[in-house]
Amino acid sequence: MNSYYFTEEHELFRESFRAFLDKEARPYIDQWEEKERIPRDIWKKMGEMGYLGLSYPTQYGGSELDFFYDVVFNEELGRLNSGGFAITQQVVQYMSAPYILKYGSDHLKEKYLPGLVSGDLLSSIGITEPGAGSDAQNIQTKAVREGDYYRVNGSKTFITNGVYGDLIVTVVKTDPEAGAGGVSLLVIEQKMAGVSTRKLKKLGWHSSDTAEISFDDVMVPVENLIGQEGQGFYYLMNGLQLERLCAVPAGITAMETALQLSLQYMSERQAFGKSLNRFQVLRHRVAQMAAEIEALKAFCYHCCKMYADGIYDVKLCSMAKLLVTEKSEEVATKCLQFFGGYGFMEDYPLARMYRDVRVTTIGGGSSEIMREIIAKMVIDQVDYQSASSQTTSATLSKNGSKNHKQTEKTPTTISPEDILQRFQKKAAQAGALGHTVKFDFGENQVYIDGTGGNNTVSDENKAAECVVNLSLENFQALIKGELNPMQALMSGKMRIDGDMGVAMKLQSLFGK
Amino acid sequence: MDSSKKYYFTEEHELFRQSLRAFLQKEVIPYIDEWEQKGELPPEIYRRFGEMGYFGISFPEQYGGLDLDYFYAVIFTEELVRVNSGGFGASIGAHPGLALTHIAAEGNEAQKQKYLVPGIRGEIVGCLAITEPGGGSDVAAIQTKAIREGDHFMVNGTKTFITNGVMSDFLVVAVRTNPDSKAGGISLLIIDRNTPGISATKLKKLGWHASDTGEIAFQDVKVPVENLLGAENQGFYYIMQHFASERLMMALIGVAASAFALELTLQYMAERQAFGRTLNKFQVLRHRIAQMASEIEMNKQFVYSLCLRYQEGDYIVKEAAMAKLVATQLSDRVMYDCLQMFGGYGYMEDYPLARMFRDSRLGTIGGGTSEICCEIIAKMLIDDKAYQKAT
Repeated sequence: MNSYYFTEEHELFRESFRAFLDKEARPYIDQWEEKERIPRDIWKKMGEMGYLGLSYPTQYGGSELDFFYDVVFNEELGRLNSGGFAITQQVVQYMSAPYILKYGSDHLKEKYLPGLVSGDLLSSIGITEPGAGSDAQNIQTKAVREGDYYRVNGSKTFITNGVYGDLIVTVVKTDPEAGAGGVSLLVIEQKMAGVSTRKLKKLGWHSSDTAEISFDDVMVPVENLIGQEGQGFYYLMNGLQLERLCAVPAGITAMETALQLSLQYMSERQAFGKSLNRFQVLRHRVAQMAAEIEALKAFCYHCCKMYADGIYDVKLCSMAKLLVTEKSEEVATKCLQFFGGYGFMEDYPLARMYRDVRVTTIGGGSSEIMREIIAKMVIDQVDYQSASSQTTSATLSKNGSKNHKQTEKTPTTISPEDILQRFQKKAAQAGALGHTVKFDFGENQVYIDGTGGNNTVSDENKAAECVVNLSLENFQALIKGELNPMQALMSGKMRIDGDMGVAMKLQSLFGK
Repeated sequence: MDSSKKYYFTEEHELFRQSLRAFLQKEVIPYIDEWEQKGELPPEIYRRFGEMGYFGISFPEQYGGLDLDYFYAVIFTEELVRVNSGGFGASIGAHPGLALTHIAAEGNEAQKQKYLVPGIRGEIVGCLAITEPGGGSDVAAIQTKAIREGDHFMVNGTKTFITNGVMSDFLVVAVRTNPDSKAGGISLLIIDRNTPGISATKLKKLGWHASDTGEIAFQDVKVPVENLLGAENQGFYYIMQHFASERLMMALIGVAASAFALELTLQYMAERQAFGRTLNKFQVLRHRIAQMASEIEMNKQFVYSLCLRYQEGDYIVKEAAMAKLVATQLSDRVMYDCLQMFGGYGYMEDYPLARMFRDSRLGTIGGGTSEICCEIIAKMLIDDKAYQKAT
């Protein structure tokens, strides 16, 4: 199958990178896992050899190679049997530095990218907070503009490279009123005054450092803002696909490695007078796993090919992440079983693999979040691809003075009765919401009660699980179908207090 | 809509799909319930398929075929699935996919003129008879004897579970021509239905109701020597050669049936109300759908990638067994879970899931059981030294 995706050059690169890892990393992995720290040297050596920044522009020291070099890079990291080692550089290359590369100013790129590509610097991505993980728009860390600085206060947690790294691509709220549209990305250096970290102890991934980070009146220069203020959420939504996709090839080679190690052990280990690989029930278990891994691999390469061709498939990437990480857990469990008591011992490789794999269905969007995304796309026909392209045009009109003025000049002569009538019609056509939602326009409020078999609309006050705040004209645009509810939410035209899940239901109410 | 399609299907493929779907919609779907009820297909339908050229997709033009690439066969299989009758698909598929395939590959010119040409036209229908009451997947253990007597073979024995076994006009039969060699003693014979000594009984089945499945007895059947297909004692290898494609097609059916079941289930869930909302709003059901959709998509891309490799001439014996194994298992799981979404209606014959559920069950049995697939994979993976390289 490889010949359909990899050229001879890719394979030469694979050989050389594998040989490098076998010489420079593999012999020391046990030690790094034990000490829970990886020396910086290994990254510098990797940088010197040109293994970092594979797809980054040459002006920052990168190699400008195609995406399948990155696939090889991740596949080979996956074979090392140390999730902690792999994640450390994956976070730099695929989860944090790409935001600087894609959206950062020339100043930021020149300042940080050469060091990240040479292996001199390590970066991290600060999204998760003690109170919010996958729900990125509800983050609390605040960045308040004060002259040429942002004053940052808040805390982040589960941050890989957050203890021994150099810079944090940090997700902050620059406009607490604006919902998803108030999220921005800042580069915060770990040495800045007011940044303090605490190293967390973990079930697995022992060689990587994972931090809880506090920001206490950290003064971050305005020039450290990545891209535009208020666009951070969209940058993240685009970037997460790459993060998820890179977890997939590494997960597959980790499974293949587990199976190879098991097959080797099973050919040597004797029981009842024959080697383990002669027992039919074990042979069939191996065959079943091998078939499932092979299928996942074909799917993985297909997704990578699409990504390499510029087809941005949120659904497929989410499916691949879900299936590969869930299967990895199963494979680690079953392979450990083949090793019997030895599988439980640290002298054998399966113990580490078993504990390392456990985080993969949690990090980078949990399995449950993946299923939420897939369900929205498969059942509700939500198209994240067009949502992201619509976002671009919304951004343009937001800054383009022409559109902006037009909206302001639109007269707002609609009566509350008129709204009620139109809304009733719309609500009657949609399926029952299952919740009571309050629409608050400031002066007026409208309630939609979808807890019965259908939706009833009224202006009488009742308890609501969720309050939607927006202006009358935006509400009118929603009813007319001129404004998409997801877009309204993302651009801050609409704010939701209470159950966020209701945003999806509004899609069925106002979407086409 | 499906951006991944561009990697495998051209615009011409999609036009073919549309016209085939329209044909099935008009000439097959209105009558399927009746055929399922009766347990057989009318002979006219084969002729209609022949007239439309569908049996000739993969065969050379000189015999009336269309000589199209493998992805036309993929579309043919996928669209037959959407008729929602495993039995119909099996009957219509077995004639070109099993019987004619052997004649096209191993037959001589006279045999091709006699069977392939009218077979492609749908004027005669064939079947492939390998399995016996005493031996299924163990092809090398076949007992049906063919003893050379002058210019004919004398055939005695029994075949069972043969699709199109009762109504077909000719049979491609695996027989033992050499009792001293196991795999090396098997040959293929083309036997005309009207040859004296052949009797067939129709078997009753759990599903696949529209297809006729026969047990066939051969009692002193005299078959002319010129009906030997290919070389004597090479039958085992001929059969093995076509297994990869057959398994790939069964994997494809598993995936396509799963995708179709999911499509129908999503429609139902968007309409059906419970506790004041539609079924598709319940998170636990949504996640179940997400899981199924992911597994279907993954299997689909796996099978497509193998179809491409098959077309390119890659050796994919192991991978085809893998695909058949995982995709037919998937189909059983999906049918079970989708039927559950329909609740009581799922159990009723008025709704499509009841038939899908019972038709799916054969997937993990026919064309090499899941266990046989695992044996093949295990042998290639564990016992072949080339696969034992550990890092």
